[in-house]
Amino acid sequence: MNHDIKAGSYLDAPHGIASWLLTKDHKRIALLYLISITVFFIIGGIFAAGIRTELMTPEGDLFTADMYNKVFTLHGVVMIFFFLIPSIPATLGNFLVPIMCGAKDLAFPRINLLSWYLYVAGASLTIGAVALGGVDTGWTFYTPYSSMASNTNVTLAALGVFIAGFSSILTGFNFIVTIHRMRAPGLTWFRMPLFLWAHYATSLVMILGTPVVAITILLVGAERALGFAIFDPRVGGDPVLFQHLFWFYSHPAVYIMILPAMGVISELVAAVSRKQIFGYSFVAYSSLAIAIIGFLVWGHHMFVSSQSIYAGLVFSIITMIVAVPSAVKTFNWTATMYKGSITWDSPTYWVLGFMGLFLIGGLTGLFLGTMGLDVHLHDTYFVVAHFHYIMVGGGVMGFLGGVHFWWPKMTGRIYPETAGKIAAVLVFVGFNLTFFPQFVVGYLGMPRRYHAYPEEFQILNVLSTGGAAVLGAGYLLILAYLVASFFKPRNAPANPWGATGLEWDIPSPPTTFNFEHDPVVTEDAYDYVGRARKAREN
Amino acid sequence: MQSSFPLFPQAASSIASEVDLLYFFILAVASFFAVLVSVAVVFFAIKFRRRHADEIGHDIHGSIALELIWSIIPFVLAMVMFFWGADLYFRIARPPADAMDVYVVGKQWMWKVQHPEGVREINELHVPLGRPVRITLGSEDVLHDFYIPAFRVKMDAVPGKLTTLWFTATKTGSYHVFCAEYCGTQHSGMIGQVIVMEPHDYEAWLAGGRSTGTAVQNGEKLFTQLACITCHKTDTSGRGPVLTGVFGSTVQLMDGRQVIVDENYLRESVMNPQAKIVLGYQPIMPTFQGTVSEENLLQLIAYIKTLKATTPESPEGGQ
Repeated sequence: MNHDIKAGSYLDAPHGIASWLLTKDHKRIALLYLISITVFFIIGGIFAAGIRTELMTPEGDLFTADMYNKVFTLHGVVMIFFFLIPSIPATLGNFLVPIMCGAKDLAFPRINLLSWYLYVAGASLTIGAVALGGVDTGWTFYTPYSSMASNTNVTLAALGVFIAGFSSILTGFNFIVTIHRMRAPGLTWFRMPLFLWAHYATSLVMILGTPVVAITILLVGAERALGFAIFDPRVGGDPVLFQHLFWFYSHPAVYIMILPAMGVISELVAAVSRKQIFGYSFVAYSSLAIAIIGFLVWGHHMFVSSQSIYAGLVFSIITMIVAVPSAVKTFNWTATMYKGSITWDSPTYWVLGFMGLFLIGGLTGLFLGTMGLDVHLHDTYFVVAHFHYIMVGGGVMGFLGGVHFWWPKMTGRIYPETAGKIAAVLVFVGFNLTFFPQFVVGYLGMPRRYHAYPEEFQILNVLSTGGAAVLGAGYLLILAYLVASFFKPRNAPANPWGATGLEWDIPSPPTTFNFEHDPVVTEDAYDYVGRARKAREN
Repeated sequence: MQSSFPLFPQAASSIASEVDLLYFFILAVASFFAVLVSVAVVFFAIKFRRRHADEIGHDIHGSIALELIWSIIPFVLAMVMFFWGADLYFRIARPPADAMDVYVVGKQWMWKVQHPEGVREINELHVPLGRPVRITLGSEDVLHDFYIPAFRVKMDAVPGKLTTLWFTATKTGSYHVFCAEYCGTQHSGMIGQVIVMEPHDYEAWLAGGRSTGTAVQNGEKLFTQLACITCHKTDTSGRGPVLTGVFGSTVQLMDGRQVIVDENYLRESVMNPQAKIVLGYQPIMPTFQGTVSEENLLQLIAYIKTLKATTPESPEGGQ
């Protein structure tokens, strides 16, 4: 136990609002991000509730068609750009990357704070667009609808996304420099926790992909405001060009969401099994492989867009190849549990939940990467179900698993274990009930972004809405007990799970500069056997 | 009969059962791995549960053999899916030569259909059973997507170009047409029906339709009305290229490129004539953007396609 605050926990000193809003401490910035993305998760969730309520009946009776189109657009824009993309990197990553490196902070603390302000500025502009009447282009901003037809606040929302993109670029840049330059003595690349590998790979995608979408979205704004002829076919522009540029970022963006979750799960699997991760270097390299190959698959969103069928062939085969490193990770996590010492504490529930949902999400990607089948499935609810299984089933389960695992470290508080388990089960069951029927209704042919639909799709949609209610209850329960834990004494031990890793060797919550003495690393990550041996020798 | 709450779509085209077969193959592979891994993790979590607080797992670091096995097997299976899917896709993408033509234009928020014989419909498409139908698809405004779930085919309607999709219907009845690419306010109202009829019923339907001249006849009229004929003469004295026999040929451009004259090139030459100038001609043609609707354009193309060197005025269009 090491919870005396003689050195001063980062939560306590210095005091005052200004000390938080001008902080350069990566841990405080992580909490600022955590609060902001939670707000946006709630906003995005309210929009989701609106969608699911509308779709309980075949007729469009809750919203007008225009209103519904704005609701699903804002659900997508808010959840993707202001929740999912920053979710793990900006909160858990911000908190843990320096500590796992054995460093006092990120390489550029001021830039880290700047990235939060850019995020807030971008998000505020987009919320401004909502306040002024909303946006109705879908989160994909497809031209020429977005550039010439829509008469909603596209430019403002696009500008918000553009600015928030810089926050993502700066975070990625900060992580890359930190991981290269600030690792503790002895912390070689292949001793790094897999969380760091995952964040390194994610950062590559952030700095290489984000500028492309930023410029693309700016071009849409320029076409709307200044009449640039980039995508408008009436003056020789090409609407399909937009799709290439957009997906060049937005497909890798899915890896921005899922790679950090994979990093979290690698940590959790090892910790709940108290065992060295199986095939460490394969798991590490598979993150890089996913990040790199993931840049070459964007055209699989465009098999029916009039893209050349030969280009389609290339995108399809590379898409099938990118499935392999994901499969490798899954098998290695499974093998890690073999002959482990597996706890049934709440983090295990999140690990099992993640595995179940990510499996379905990943495997249904095979259907969509297969060209002849994608012709039927493209733009149906099958796609909606698939990407929710990846981005929410994988991404959000990973995020919540990580939040539950590191909550004692970040806040010094313990949440009620039983409530944590009930929430994990509610989220898992609710999620499946919401999204599994969407695979069925998708293969039946129900297109996405439909305000009203033929009657024969109703039962599956009602199931889906029922599931969403269970899922929402699970999320609210988590919010309730985590917020409530702030009103309890700070009594979390330094290492509640008995896990390895530099973050567990320091107090909960950590002091402002993380380490009293600069750490020296002498062992591999997840060396439970070595640690037990040392404990016996002492 | 289809139940009122089906769980699986009807299969009413020649390609539908092939798509379903590939679907079931991938479903079987995916289910196998989903069950395998799920059972394994739950089984391990129970069997290897922690027995006392200080317990740690066994000292196992990995196995190259296993890594190879679980890389290669998924890779091979993924390649099977790729080749199978690519082969199927090529068959979905390439219409047979003897397909009958139908022209469809999407606009916010309706589908406008023209049959070569001149019959027009809105949000309905009548087709004969058992005959390949090739749809040439255009858009007047934004992206749309012509999707017939029962046939397992869809294709984007892209403003600024023409796209195609084809099918052979194998069951009479009526089936949903959906717009599958988000197109604004009434996107979900941009739906219609394909009505598959016995060939003789189809002929009767065509004969009873409100024909306003065949597509070729209308195209020919437009060719005169729009004064195309002033420059595109039947001999080489015109200021524009001779169009007789031009469809399907390869022409030399001013910038050194060659281009095959297909529907998209003809379309571009009307709407954006400066884009690709044929060698030996001046870039003097005005754009017909805003003058010619997508439907008129399809009629013009239908007419130009009939301009063969030998029979310049074949009555029924087509190839």
